[in-house]
Order: sequence, then C-alpha cells, then structure tokens
Amino acid sequence: MNKTKSIVLGMALASGAFAASGAMAATTLENVKEKGHLQCGVTSGLPGFSQPDEKGNWTGIDVDTCRAVAAAIFGDAKAVEFTPLTAKERFTALQSGEIDMLSRNTTWTLTRDASLGLNFAGVNYYDGQGFLINKDIGVDDATQLDGATVCIQSGTTTELNLSDYFRAKGMEFKPIVFDTSEQTVQGFSAGRCDVLTSDRSQLAALRSKLADPESAKILPNTISKEPLGPVVRQGDDQWFNIVKWVLSVQINAEELGVTSANADDMLKSDNPNIQRLLGTDGDMGAKLGLPADFGHKVVKMVGNYGEMYDRNVGPDTPLGLDRGINALWTEGGIMYAPPVR
Amino acid sequence: MKKQTIDSKPAGPKPWYDPRVRSLFFQILAIAAVFWAGWTLVENTLSNMESRGISTGFGFLDETAGFGIIMSLVPYDSTMSYGRTFWVGLTNTLLVSAMGIIAATLLGFIIGVARLSSNWLVAKVSLFYIEVIRNIPLLLQIFFWYFAVLGALPSPRQSIEVGGTMFLNNRGLYVPEPLTQDGFGLVWGALLFAIAAVVGIRTWAKKRQLATGQIFPTFKVSVAILVVLPVLAYFIAGSPLEWDVPALKGFNFGGGITIIPELAALWLALSLYTASFIAEIVRSGILSVSKGQTEASKALGLPNGLTLRLVVIPQAMRVIIPPLTSQYLNLAKNSSLATAIGYPDLVAVFMGTTLNQTGQAVEVVAITMAVYLTISLSISLLMNIYNRAVAIKER
Ligand SMILES: N[C@@H](CCC(=O)N[C@@H](CS)C(=O)NCC(=O)O)C(=O)O
Repeated sequence: MNKTKSIVLGMALASGAFAASGAMAATTLENVKEKGHLQCGVTSGLPGFSQPDEKGNWTGIDVDTCRAVAAAIFGDAKAVEFTPLTAKERFTALQSGEIDMLSRNTTWTLTRDASLGLNFAGVNYYDGQGFLINKDIGVDDATQLDGATVCIQSGTTTELNLSDYFRAKGMEFKPIVFDTSEQTVQGFSAGRCDVLTSDRSQLAALRSKLADPESAKILPNTISKEPLGPVVRQGDDQWFNIVKWVLSVQINAEELGVTSANADDMLKSDNPNIQRLLGTDGDMGAKLGLPADFGHKVVKMVGNYGEMYDRNVGPDTPLGLDRGINALWTEGGIMYAPPVR
Repeated sequence: MKKQTIDSKPAGPKPWYDPRVRSLFFQILAIAAVFWAGWTLVENTLSNMESRGISTGFGFLDETAGFGIIMSLVPYDSTMSYGRTFWVGLTNTLLVSAMGIIAATLLGFIIGVARLSSNWLVAKVSLFYIEVIRNIPLLLQIFFWYFAVLGALPSPRQSIEVGGTMFLNNRGLYVPEPLTQDGFGLVWGALLFAIAAVVGIRTWAKKRQLATGQIFPTFKVSVAILVVLPVLAYFIAGSPLEWDVPALKGFNFGGGITIIPELAALWLALSLYTASFIAEIVRSGILSVSKGQTEASKALGLPNGLTLRLVVIPQAMRVIIPPLTSQYLNLAKNSSLATAIGYPDLVAVFMGTTLNQTGQAVEVVAITMAVYLTISLSISLLMNIYNRAVAIKER
C-alpha cells in the first residue's frame, strides 16, 4: 500500500505537467467549495485523536480540527470526509492532492516543514515521546532500559528520537518496527518487546487496548518534543492561512470565554476582540476568503479549544489527560495563539 | 565462351519501398518516442517537485541515518549513513530470499514427487498440503507463523535451553558463535584440498565406469574425504576455534548469533507457500515424461529410485525450469511483505524508515524498484543458463 502510494505520487507529479504545466490551477479553497466537502487525512484509529465508531462517525481532537475548518468554509461541521492513513502514507497523500489537509497527530519538524513541500499550520496538542512497559520487568525509569527490545511504529518521528535517546545515554536497544499501531500493540502484548514507545498521549490509549491493561505501566520520562498539528500543501498561502487561523480562532475563543453554548449571546458582546472574533465587526472573514461569520460558526459548531480538548482527551474521557502544558498561556500552559485583529 | 560480367546491380527498390530500410526507420522512430516520453516524464517530475517545494537529489544517501536496525549482515550502527541502510536492507532481503529459495525447492520437490506416490496416504497428504497452502493469502500465513511462533515461545527468563549453549525464547534462537583463532587457515586449506580431491575422484570414477562398467562408491568416499580431512586438520592445528556462548544479561541474552523470530516466520511462510506451487510444477514436469521412458528403464532393471533420478527427473527438468524460475522471482518479490511483521528487509528499512525520515520518495522508490528488477533479472539469467545446460542437446 505504501509502495503504491509513493508510486502514485510520482505519477501524479509526472502527469500533472503533461496536462497543464503553467496554466492557472484552481486554489484549494475553490476546489473544496466545488467538491462541497473537505477531504481530511486522519489516523486509522487512535482514541482521542481520530477514531471511527461502529457507524463510521469520526471523533477526536484531530477530527474536530478538520470539522472546524469545514464549519468555517461551509457553515457545516459535517461537510468533511475522512481518509484514514498510516504514518507512512500521510505525507504522500497530502502531496499528491488526495487530501486537502492532514490532521493526524503529526509532529512539526524542520525536515518535514522544509523539504516535503508542506506547511504546518499550528499546534493543536503539545506532546512528547514516552514508554509503555511490562510491569513484570520491574523497571521504573527509562534510564534502566539498557539492552531492551523496543516496539515502534514505522514512519514516525519516534524511531529517530529513540536512537538519539539511547545513544546519548550510552545504552543499547533492539528496535522492532511495525507498519501499523495495531501490529505494534500486538507485538508488545505477544512479548516480542519489553517496551513500546510512542507519543505519550497515545500510550494511555494503547494501554487500554491491551488484554490486561494492569500488566503494563507508563514510565515517567518524556524523551522528546512532539508538537502535533494540522498540515497543508505548500504554495497555497490562502489555504495555509485559513487552516492556521481557524485553529487560532478556537484558541482565542477559549481565552475570551466564548464557548459553543454562549456563542449566540456573545454576538451582542461589546468587547471589540469578541466582535472581531465572531465577525460582528472588522470583516476578518473577507481577508481569508471566508464568510464574515466564520468565527461564530466555528465556535458554535465545534467549540473553543478547551471544549475540543475536554471532549476528546480531557480528564473526563477514557484517555484522562490533564491539560498540563496544553493549558492556555494565561493559565500556566503554553497554548497561545496570535490575536484576531 | 566469353563470360559477360555485369557491373551494375539490378536496380533495387527506392529506399522508402525497401522493407529493411522501412523497418529500421520505424524502429528508430519507436525508440525515439520511448526516450522522448521517458525524458519528458523525468523532466516534468523534477520541475513539478521543484515548484511544489519538494527537495530532490541523491545527496541524502551520505547523511547520518540515526535510527537503529535490529538485524544486519553488514556492520551497522545508527551513526552510519542512509546509504548504509540501503545495504543493510538489501542484504537482509537477499538472505531471506536465498534461504527461502533453497527450502522451497527442497520441500517442493519432495512434495511434488510424493503427490505422485503410489501410496494412497502419502499422495493425499501432499494433495491436501498443496491445496490448503496455495489457497491462503501469503500475508495471512506470515502473520500466522509470526504470532503462532511468538505465542508458543517463552519469555527470555524462561528460555528453552539446549545443553546450556543454545537458547530459545520469544526474542529468537540464540546459538554460540564460532570465533576462529590463529591457525584456522589450515582447516580451510584442508577443506579446499578435500573438495579438489572429490572432484578428481568423481571424474576418474565416471571414466572408469564408462570404460569398464565397474561402479565406484563415489558418494560414500566423497563424504568421508570431506569430513575426515578438515577434522584431522582441525586437531593438528590444535583446535583453533572458540565459541561465544550467549548468556542472559539484563533484559535478554547477549553474545552468540541470534536468529530473530521475524526472520524465522518470514522464511517459514515464504518457503511453505512457494513449495506448494513448486510441488505442482514438479508433478506436471514428471507427468510430462512419457510412460515409455519409465517402462524402458524398468526393463533395463533400474530400481525405482534410479529410474526417477537418472531417467525421469533429467527429462522433467526441461519442463520444470521455466515455471520454477517464475516461482523464484515471486518468492524474492514476496519477501517484501516483511514489513508487516517488522523484519528489516529493503522495503522496511529503506523504503520505510529512510524514505520517511528523508522524504525523498521518488528517489528511494526508484532505487528500490531498480534493485528488485536487478534481483529478478539475475535470477532469470542464472536459470536460463541452467536451462540451456539441461536442454535437449541435438547430437
Ligand atoms: N507524532 C509522531 C507519531 C505519530 C504516529 O503515527 N503515531 C502512531 C502511534 S506511535 C499512530 O498514531 N498510529 C495510529 C495509526 O497508525 O493509525 C509523528 O508525527 O511521527
């Protein structure tokens, strides 16, 4: 599948020029409007981030990030179709135009940003890499992992982080690299490896998928920075701006106390920041090529950042993750968005 | 009579009516069209990638790879380059393909012959094997063996132990590694000498048999020479071999040679699967040899085994080789399913991690395709050479 994806990319790139090199191509926004829906790349199933239920309804913080963009464009948070992608397939799918945006717990790194022809449009979750370990082994810190066998998912930033960490600590390890997160968990529960490594936010979810979740625990160490966020193709600045500012609107809305519940009442607010955010003043929408009330639609239909967090990954969900550094900058975290002005 | 010489050739057709000129012209035209299309494709890909801000080029092969690989036949650690990861992946692919081809061939021939056995049970068991294995997707079989093998084996601390030197657990099979010391050269020398002697004896025995009809027990003598000489040399040189015996330290065993479960499962699945196809090929090859050949050979008094070995198989080979070649090609290509269970083959290491870390999809995929093409063409070439050797020689 990965093979085909990459080859498809090659062919798409090659045939593109046969068809129309130089001719003015339609912008992503025009394409999306034409199609009538947003095509969004997500995981094949990761609780809290993007996961389909039995009826095929997707939920998760990454899913909501897509829905917010659809709400901004169409005034309809349901005008999204989701493409499940493995870690390996995701960038090719975006580059080749199969999807309009990628929202798949993807870490923002220099190489990805600068050499793949992509742009990162912000951060919707600040994560870091950690370890899940079998309790029997009796290890309670990552520095005791010398010689361990580690299960990893291919095509993630985690492979390199892992090597770097062990090398820096002068320790050895044996990596077992699987294609999908399902196989990675299977390998771990079959006892092929001592530890499983991935972004910390996912360890809790993966642990809950084990036959006996009590048999494993998460080590306290965080060995890397994993700022996760939505990604778009490079070269369409308008589209880049739309995705970037829809997320910013959600974060600003939380800061200003605008929620999905009070969004309608807030239309009457005389706070100029709220007026600009909800489109009652300033016509921010036109600058992005969106309807004037796009901010109101986003917050009303999907909610502000805090709502999106609490609903999908927060303390009251199965993942049960504290806000931690994902709290607003005004509340001790680092979640901070440029002003809508 | 005076001969009349004709100076001028008969006037040929005009060049554009000359079939040779014409066919040459159209062939050149076709080649030019292919090259033009290929060139345009490459050109457009490059310019499109540039306009989309995707980096291109092969410079990444010299950059530090930085990731670990579980198994490598060539020296590798994470400070080496992406170019090196290519060799690691390639050698792992070649290893499992070669092991698979050998095992599948042996097994396939045995089952193929058994399928034709006059023993009802043997024939039916082979038939059952072929029909079941052939009709289950290979990927499923790989998963089955992988998780069946993993599930059946104990954890490192409860390893199955053989004589305190070999250990088996769900991390692999650990065997002692022979470390040759000074003086081991003598053993190699003895082995080479033994091989030369065996070749000599075989030619001599064949000649004698042709001349006098006397049969020499070549096989037994050959084995004796091959074993006795090196063993003798080994003791004369003062046993120049030490063993690195694996031992449990920390999480797992260290030292010795490890055969990882991924390799074992992939090898098993590829061999069993391909063997079922080879068995059918062998069966059809044997059936293609006319019954008269067997009857004639029996009439000469050759026992069953010799009839099969000297009369049937050599003729069947001519039918077997071409489809056998394509089974070998399939096996080599199927080995790329390794990624599914984490065996670090070329596709997993190079087209997987290296591609993802560098993002150079087009380059990496092109290199990988070229490698599989080369492997396939090499197998075809070798098999064609062999085919020519066994083909009917017109006398
Ligand atoms: N943030 C990392 C890791 C992202 C990632 O793919 N994580 C895995 C788990 S470690 C995952 O989400 N798997 C779900 C799937 O494959 O559908 C990256 O961007 O490379």
